[in-house]
Order: sequence, then structure tokens, then C-alpha cells
Amino acid sequence: MREKILTFIEKNSRIHLKDLAIMLGVDEGTVVDELQRMEEEHIICGYHTIIDWDKVGIEKVTALIEVRVTPQRGMGFDKVAERIYNYPEVNSVYLISGGFDLMVTLEGKTLREVSRFVSEKLSTLDTVLSTKTNFILKKYKDHGTVIAEQTKDERIQMIP
Amino acid sequence: MRNPLSETIVTIQPSGIRKFFDIVSEMKDAITLGVGEPDFDTPWHIRDEGIYSLEKGKTFYTSNAGLKELKIEIDRYLTRRYGVSYDFGKEILVTVGGSEAIDIAMRAMLDPGDEVLIPQPSYVSYEPCCILANGKPVIIELSAENEFRLTPEELEAAVTPKTKILVLPYPNNPTGAVMEKKDLEAIAEVVLRHDLFVISDEIYSELTYLTNHTTIASLPGMKERTVLINGFSKSYAMTGWRLGYACGPEAIISQMTKIHQYAIMCAPTTSQYAAVEALRNGDEDVVKMREEYNGRRRYLMHRFKEMGLDCFEPFGAFYVFPCIKEFGMTSDEFVNELLKAERVAVVPGTAFGACGEGFIRISYAYSLDVLKNAMDRIEHYITRLREENE
Repeated sequence: MREKILTFIEKNSRIHLKDLAIMLGVDEGTVVDELQRMEEEHIICGYHTIIDWDKVGIEKVTALIEVRVTPQRGMGFDKVAERIYNYPEVNSVYLISGGFDLMVTLEGKTLREVSRFVSEKLSTLDTVLSTKTNFILKKYKDHGTVIAEQTKDERIQMIP
Repeated sequence: MRNPLSETIVTIQPSGIRKFFDIVSEMKDAITLGVGEPDFDTPWHIRDEGIYSLEKGKTFYTSNAGLKELKIEIDRYLTRRYGVSYDFGKEILVTVGGSEAIDIAMRAMLDPGDEVLIPQPSYVSYEPCCILANGKPVIIELSAENEFRLTPEELEAAVTPKTKILVLPYPNNPTGAVMEKKDLEAIAEVVLRHDLFVISDEIYSELTYLTNHTTIASLPGMKERTVLINGFSKSYAMTGWRLGYACGPEAIISQMTKIHQYAIMCAPTTSQYAAVEALRNGDEDVVKMREEYNGRRRYLMHRFKEMGLDCFEPFGAFYVFPCIKEFGMTSDEFVNELLKAERVAVVPGTAFGACGEGFIRISYAYSLDVLKNAMDRIEHYITRLREENE
């Protein structure tokens, strides 16, 4: 049941719980309980909205920052990651295999704001060896959703 | 000038609902629940394989019966999913959609005067294909009381010494009915006793919501007398690729291949390469789409129950077939009025045979939002009808 609930809400977290229950063929209570439990267990970690900010005329700058760090004794990378993810302007922090260690995504209002964060906050951390900032020029797809225009239903009525 | 037309073709009626849907397409704010194809796009990995085949210059004919790789995959798929196996060299023919397979199966098997039993309501091609193959269509009218399943009694009653073929259209368009194994066993018994052949149109076989689909070809003694028709349109959302297949005894398939060879040459090459990918790596796509359809099906059944609209619970395809007899209108009247009053287009049951009178077909190959909106409008409409009839 959990997997089925998650499959439905992963793409549409705004679905009415009543409709979800009907579609799964169970009581609304069951869905509510399961959702609550999954929230408590932090299986569901949040509900977010995918926004095309460009269309609102609000400019945002997103950067992917590759960070090389020295892991701390006894803590590995976790402690370093924590120092970084506690900044509210940081969107995500991933531990990465390959040429660098942490992938940090950051959203700011302007290029300057982002670069100031990198030069003043991120690269000044003791454990950070180097950073490489990549600015995002255009978002095509985010969280499994294509940002471009909605496609129209082009199916025609076939007779038969 | 002489009459240029064949006497046979002019006896075949064009579809009566053409005009209705022409009107619908002119209405900007109309919601139509009439479409009979998936609302999903073909999964990308399948499209990608089609593109790749074009890039590699695979733009030539394939052999008449189809790509060997594809026929091998079809056999593996049927074995894996339905426990029935075919010799890919002799017993499988790749066709231009299931539609072509229906046509050429009739042409390969019928002599003038042979009778073909066609259960209705059902897809509209069987009858004209039978007539064009010089056969005589004999309609079996199914009933809602049996959930539109074909019963052995109904079959028995329709058999004459001239009966040659039974068309078995399950999971069914337009009713959504399925035939389970026990239902098919009872039918197989009658078929064997009267030495009939079966054309089993299983194009919706992946879309069943109760149990896994059973093909009549998997029952003892039936593979020898069944032409199994299936395809990629509904299961992998590949309608526009026009690809299907027929499997059956070598004697029939080889004659069908002959017709196919002269009329079509071969099924589209690009589609065949894409279909290989669908069968090799597409099982998960099918599961996802099925889950989604099943959710919508439950939603519609729930709404019908709420509004007190009589509908048996269908367990196949992506259609529901509610009964509208309580309103004292014909299906045509109901559908026209519904369009006028609420701007929702559905298909009258009579489009699928006279016994579809008193029913409408609603497709749920639409997003939940569309379905919700349409159900609200239908509820509004029938509430008004009931008030007026009081």
C-alpha cells in the first residue's frame, strides 16, 4: 500500500486524500494514517512545488557547486556536510563519488549573492579544499517534470 | 457510366457517430471521453529505439512476416505472460496493428456463406471485415446481467452447421468486460464440440484489473484452432506506430502471410525495432500504466455509485459502460443532450451494436482532473433529468 500511495503522490502531492483513497480502493482513514506514519518516519520528507520563476518575472540564480573537502576524523563527510547544509540558502547537499566530494546546490537572487556565499562562507570553511561553481543557464526538467510548455491532447476521435 | 462500386462495399454502413464527433471537435469547451487510445506517450526508451534504428539506416523492408528478433520476442512474451508458445518461424505474423490481423484472418479462413459469430457490443471492425471476406456475420447479443461475458448457452444457441468462426473480443471494447479462465473453459468446450475456430482479439490483454488475462489459446486443444491477435497499441501506448501480430496454426498463418505479402508487404520497419525494445524492457511501463488506469477505473465506479448510475464493474480495457435506461431516452438522445447541456461527449452504446442501446461508453484514458470535471457535469445532467422525470 505504501508503495502505491507514494507512486501516486510522487507526481501529484496535491491530490485530494479522498480521491486517492478511492483510486487505491481503500478507506480514506487508511490513506491518512499511512501518510502520517510515513511523515513521522521521514519516508515523506516534505511537499514542494516546482515553479518556473522566469514566468513570474522573478530572477533567480541557481548554482551547482562542486566542493572538495577533507573529511574530519571520526565523522567522515557527515560533519562537513552538516556545516554546509545548515545555511538556508543551500538547497541540497549530496555526497558524490568521483573527482570531488560534495555537490551543493544553491539558489540566490543574483550572481553576486551566490558568489559571495561561495567566497565568504563556503571556501572559508577549514575543511573545504576547493570549490568549482557552475551556474545554471536554463532548466529543462526538474524533479521529473519538464519545465517547457504543457503539451496539448492531440488525440483525435477515431471512428471506430 | 457504369457503377464503379462493388455491391458488397456499398452495403456496409459508414459509422453513424462521425457527425456527432465532428460537432464535438468544433466545440472549444467540450470535454470528450470518447477517445479509444491511451493518454500516455510511448515510453521514451521505446521511442528512442525507433529513432536509433532510423539513425542506423534501418529503413528497408523487413521479411514479410516480420523481423525475426521481434517474432522471437513475441513468442517469449506470450510464454512469459500467458503460458502459450509459438514457433517464431511459422506461427507468428507481424501486422499493421491488430486491425489488419482481424481482416486477413477472416479472409484467410472464410468461404462464401460461412458464418462468423460476433458477440456484441464489441469493436466495430469484425462485422465489415467478415462481410468483405464473403462471410456471413451472426451477431450474439450479450447482456449486462452476465457482465457482458459470452456464456456457453448464448454460443450454443447461435451455432448452425455453417458456423465456422467465433470472434472472441476480450478484454472488451466498449464494455470493459473480461472472460476469466473458467468462462473460457466453458466456451472452449462448445467450440471443440462444434469444430469451430476462434479469432481471439486480445489487444487489451495487459489491461486487466482482477486477475492476469487468460488466452483461450492456452486451453487444451484450443491452440490448434485459435488465431490469437494482439499488438502494441494499448499495452505500450503505441497506437500511431501501427503494429500488431497474429499467432496461430501454421496452416492459417501461412495463408494470412500470403495476403499480407500481397496487400501490405511488411509492417513498418521502425515500429518493429521499437517493438523489440518494448517487449524486452517494457514490462515495468505496462505495470505503471495499469496501476494508473485501475485508479481511474475505481474513481469512476465510485462516482457512478454516488450518483446512483447503474454500471456493472468492468475489469478490463479502459472503458466503463454504464446503463442509462432509467432516463427513458435512447443512447443517441442521451449522448446528444449531454453534449448540448453539459458539453461532455461520450459514445452511445449503439455504436458497438444494436444491443448497446441503453448504454454509453466512457473511456478513462484521461487524467483524473479531466475525469473529475466530466463526472461533475454528468452528475449535474442526470440529477436534472431525474428531477424533470419526477
